Amino acid sequence: MIPPVFDYVRPSDLGEALRILKEREGEAKVLSGGYSLLPLMKLRLAQPALLVDLRDVGGLDAITRTGDEFQIGGRATHRRILEDAALGAALPIMPDAAAGIGDPQIRNWGTIGGSVAHADPSADWPAVLQALHASIVLQSADGERVVPARGFFIDTFVTGIEPTEILTEIRIPVPAGRTGGSYKKLERRAGDFSTVGAAVQMTLGADGRIGQIGIGLTAVGDAPFAATDAEDALRGAQPGDEMFRSAAGAASRQSRPANDSHGPAEYKRAMVIEMTFRALRAALARAQG
Amino acid sequence: MTTQTQPRTSPEIGGMGHSVKRKEDPRFIRGAGEYIEDVVLPGMLWMDIVRSPYAHATIKSIDASEALKIPGVLAVITGADLEKAGLHWMPTLAGDKQMVLPTTTVMYQSQEVAAVVATDRYAAADGIAAVYVDYEPLPVIVDPFKALEPDAFVLRPDRGPDKANNHIWHWESGDRAAADAALAKAEVKVSQDIYIPRIHVASIETCGCIADWDAVRGQLTLHMTSQAPHAIRTVLALVSGLPEQNIRVKTHDIGGGFGGKVPVYPGYVLAVVASLTVGKPVKWIEDRSENLQADSFARDYHIHAEMSATREGKITGLKVKTIADHGYTDAAADPSKFPAGLFNVITGSYDFPDAFVEVDGVYTNKPPGGVAYRCSFRVTEAVHAIERMVDILAHDIGKDPAQLRMENFIQPEQFPYKTPTGWEYDSGNYGVALQKAMDMIGYADLRKEQAEKRARGELMGIGISSFTEIVGAGPSKDFDIIGIKMFDSCEIRVHPTGKVIARIGVQSQGQGHETTFAQIIAEELGFPVGDVKIEYGDTDTAPYGLGTYASRSTPVAGAATAIASRKIRDKARKIAAHLLECAEDDLDWEPGKFTVKGSPDRFKTIQEISFAAYTNHPQGMEAGLEAVDYYDPPNLTFPFGSYICVVDIDKGTGQVKIRRFVAVDDCGNIINPMIVDGQIHGGLTMGFAPALLESITYDELGNNLAGTFMDYLLPTAVETPRWELDKTITPSPHHPIGAKGVGESATVGAPPAIVNAVVDALWHLGVRNIDIPMTPQKIWAILHEKGIS
Amino acid sequence: MTTQHIRVTVNGTEHEADVEPRLLLVHLLRENFGLTGTHVGCDTSNCGACTIHFDGMSAKSCTMLAVQADGAEIKTIEGMADGAALHPLQQAFWDQHGLQCGFCTPGMIMQSAWLLGQNPDPDEDQIREGISGNLCRCTGYVNIVKAIQQAAGELRSADAAK
Repeated sequence: MIPPVFDYVRPSDLGEALRILKEREGEAKVLSGGYSLLPLMKLRLAQPALLVDLRDVGGLDAITRTGDEFQIGGRATHRRILEDAALGAALPIMPDAAAGIGDPQIRNWGTIGGSVAHADPSADWPAVLQALHASIVLQSADGERVVPARGFFIDTFVTGIEPTEILTEIRIPVPAGRTGGSYKKLERRAGDFSTVGAAVQMTLGADGRIGQIGIGLTAVGDAPFAATDAEDALRGAQPGDEMFRSAAGAASRQSRPANDSHGPAEYKRAMVIEMTFRALRAALARAQG
Repeated sequence: MTTQTQPRTSPEIGGMGHSVKRKEDPRFIRGAGEYIEDVVLPGMLWMDIVRSPYAHATIKSIDASEALKIPGVLAVITGADLEKAGLHWMPTLAGDKQMVLPTTTVMYQSQEVAAVVATDRYAAADGIAAVYVDYEPLPVIVDPFKALEPDAFVLRPDRGPDKANNHIWHWESGDRAAADAALAKAEVKVSQDIYIPRIHVASIETCGCIADWDAVRGQLTLHMTSQAPHAIRTVLALVSGLPEQNIRVKTHDIGGGFGGKVPVYPGYVLAVVASLTVGKPVKWIEDRSENLQADSFARDYHIHAEMSATREGKITGLKVKTIADHGYTDAAADPSKFPAGLFNVITGSYDFPDAFVEVDGVYTNKPPGGVAYRCSFRVTEAVHAIERMVDILAHDIGKDPAQLRMENFIQPEQFPYKTPTGWEYDSGNYGVALQKAMDMIGYADLRKEQAEKRARGELMGIGISSFTEIVGAGPSKDFDIIGIKMFDSCEIRVHPTGKVIARIGVQSQGQGHETTFAQIIAEELGFPVGDVKIEYGDTDTAPYGLGTYASRSTPVAGAATAIASRKIRDKARKIAAHLLECAEDDLDWEPGKFTVKGSPDRFKTIQEISFAAYTNHPQGMEAGLEAVDYYDPPNLTFPFGSYICVVDIDKGTGQVKIRRFVAVDDCGNIINPMIVDGQIHGGLTMGFAPALLESITYDELGNNLAGTFMDYLLPTAVETPRWELDKTITPSPHHPIGAKGVGESATVGAPPAIVNAVVDALWHLGVRNIDIPMTPQKIWAILHEKGIS
Repeated sequence: MTTQHIRVTVNGTEHEADVEPRLLLVHLLRENFGLTGTHVGCDTSNCGACTIHFDGMSAKSCTMLAVQADGAEIKTIEGMADGAALHPLQQAFWDQHGLQCGFCTPGMIMQSAWLLGQNPDPDEDQIREGISGNLCRCTGYVNIVKAIQQAAGELRSADAAK
């Protein structure tokens, strides 16, 4: 319940924050909303020597659109994402996911950047970002790099971020044409982590066949991942229930769920099929509507 | 006893039947409640507890040297320290014994191993992280059936060589031969294993205390979360040797109890020892994880039930054998003659002659406890079993479950009704309650809808629970807890200006006693409810009582309050006669005044009489106007009800959705309808949660798999159904105000209604029973096995 | 033990304190400032009993640090009434029997106040979703919903009257 002793600093701009991370490499942890990190520190499962609070660092929480890309600041809260009208209109999968993260208080403070960098194996954004083929912007005192979401989530609580970096922005391409997405989260109770979370974004060609497709899954592997086998099966195919069930089966076979308090692995594998199927159907309906 | 359906007093007086707004609320809505964590005493220190990660292990060494170096850490207490004072073990409320701190062996995961005392909470937390305990793991027993095997590890060698096994006690009730005979000649037999898993009350406030030893005065004050402060005081006196008049147990506002704040936890005793040792107040407030992992659990009953019936569905007999998993010691706070509580009420609402119930208690490597979570002393387990068996019987013979219940109910004219296990039900009208529930929910239409849906392959179910509760422990000839009889009390004092203070021996944890007990006095004496102050929880001032649990407050302390009020009314009559210069028999009473018969303008109000008690009382009469009553109930009371639940099952995910839930309750005459409804809302929610969401499970190493609120799933407002309530009123003939108690009825009645609904939805697939919690994965596995998903 | 000096405005009053960085905000409020209306009910940020307003947003004060509140405006249950005049939510919880033991009540009222600030006319589903981060063990939520509905009506009328 009580965290161990640590130091705390609140830099006034991004440059200062990045300098501190470089100077104290390995010892410092970024504090954004804190609603993922602080619970771990209270259980003494995380014991950073220094917390670098981004509270006073401005300019990192905007949601903007430039052409066919949304830029979401790393410090945008789940609530801000949930309520952004333009984002929700173009990519309803985003408010789908935001609405189910934690509870209202958590959504007020938790940030997408913090959540993504924390990389809980059951977190929702990593699945959504992989379905959307998003990119992640990482800044350090030495510069900036942009990495694809696919490949960023390496293992349980392990991402491609360096200890000296801050996740400052997420870039999401808006697919052209008839596109639709959906996030289906199976949970035991409101506010819970996913038992299975399935994110789908699909684009239809003029002939009605599936063009671009992205499927992200969470809570059924060491890290959230892209269901590439299912994607391969669907690309170029005519959408339909049988096709979707078959693809969902491929997604399930690519999953590696653990037996835990959310249920046995066999159940979760079946739920990957069910939730992927539901997400595919809902994404199709949005693409067609 | 008359049925009271309408209030007899004005709203200003606020007697029975008025939904008086609660008198305790003004402080709570302002955040001005005083819970134990809010209490601060000068010089107060903090205590935190080192806990075992192992479920069963030898302690090889405890090294506190690093902890003692931490600034602010003042002392570390271990079992070796307690052993010097003979305090390392203490009695439980069930006549067994439990460790305060172990000297050689830990027996459950999260068991207390050492206590750290520090100047503040944060130093204490650092302190416990710096105490290094060297454990050597031992074989773990988490399965009570394995615990009973002949070569099982003996968990309690302290019981001596002639008890070298894990069997605690055997208890039986009823007539085994008669039940066997009924089964042998039965036209229809139903047999079922039912497991009711461990759950935890998880009141939003955890347990805690401040132990304050004043060496100068030789006075120990224990501020604590306790549902039974007087019993705690007496136990403390017996265990510590401190004189009982110098021990004061004081409860403050309690944030929910539900039975979880009855036991004496080691933390309380450690805080007392710490305070005695350092001579300062010591505060201990447990974390949620500690609360879930170490404090008194509820349920954990492995039930095997057999029911016999005619082929038309008339029940003829019941035989039940249960293995009760008690954890490493029996610390269940049951009345001493009832180690399985009131489980033998398992014959339920039904009229049949032969029954036999036996229960065997077993030790395992788990925390102790057993009766908590609004169980009414194991009545949740009993009602779950009988309502399941009745439903299985109905489905087996193809009879509608409502119809089968109607045909088997004890009829109104049969009360008082003696059950084959020895209880005498006071009153009931089961058929009327069930019919009311059926009408409310539209039962016939629902059955039609179900048939249509079934034809389309949709899974919809309807489940009924028609329960009889048993509360108000209890009559002195049968009931005691560690020898103390289960009376309860009320002491009322009227002030000259016609205001009242009353103290009671029970203890609210949210039940609204400051309001409802004032309403009893308002009803009996006509003082406006706003003029009556109710106090409880301070053992220096409140009369001795056994506390609040098992829905006993209204049946026992409520009766004491009515009787004490009537003693005052008797004296008031004498004073009135004196003031009005007439004979006592010439006076009519209505709440608030005595009037001379036939002369409506000649009366005295209760306020005038109160003043006269101090200023103008008859010669030879004692001054003052007060009374005390210790009430020994002649019997228990038997609230009842019928609940009906409609569920729809999502075939894709196995999720159960409760579409509707109707609850018709009968708790006799009602003091405050709004408060009664609140108790039922809360009780239903604590019945639904174990049915679908909550359970404590252990792996084979005794690791608790639901030890935080992340995995021990309390329902939020989103999952909780929108309860629909109604009432019937069948007073208790033996209770002074005809009331029965209601706090736990809904938690008792709800789970089987939900299970019955889900099994009803799946019966046609060959499903006969599902153990709770009916999680989606459990339902899905069934559907998958039947080829449905 | 290094401490930091912080300035926090609570219920309109500025407070100063020297605190360890690890001091939880809920403990700052309860123990340093004596505002014990905000409660602790769990250790995994689930129960919501600790809910307060932080710069106008509802927050779980057990999941935040006192140092994060340096320069912030905090509102707790003690700041809801206007002297003797109860806030409509407080009145409504009383009128509708929306509390029993009272332990979850301050957090529940603070979350409800924030909810109604966001959505002055929520339907029942929105109310239940809005308080899904606040656990109650006593009431079964039925009367809490009624209390929020009553307060919503009062607040809308009061707004309309302005």
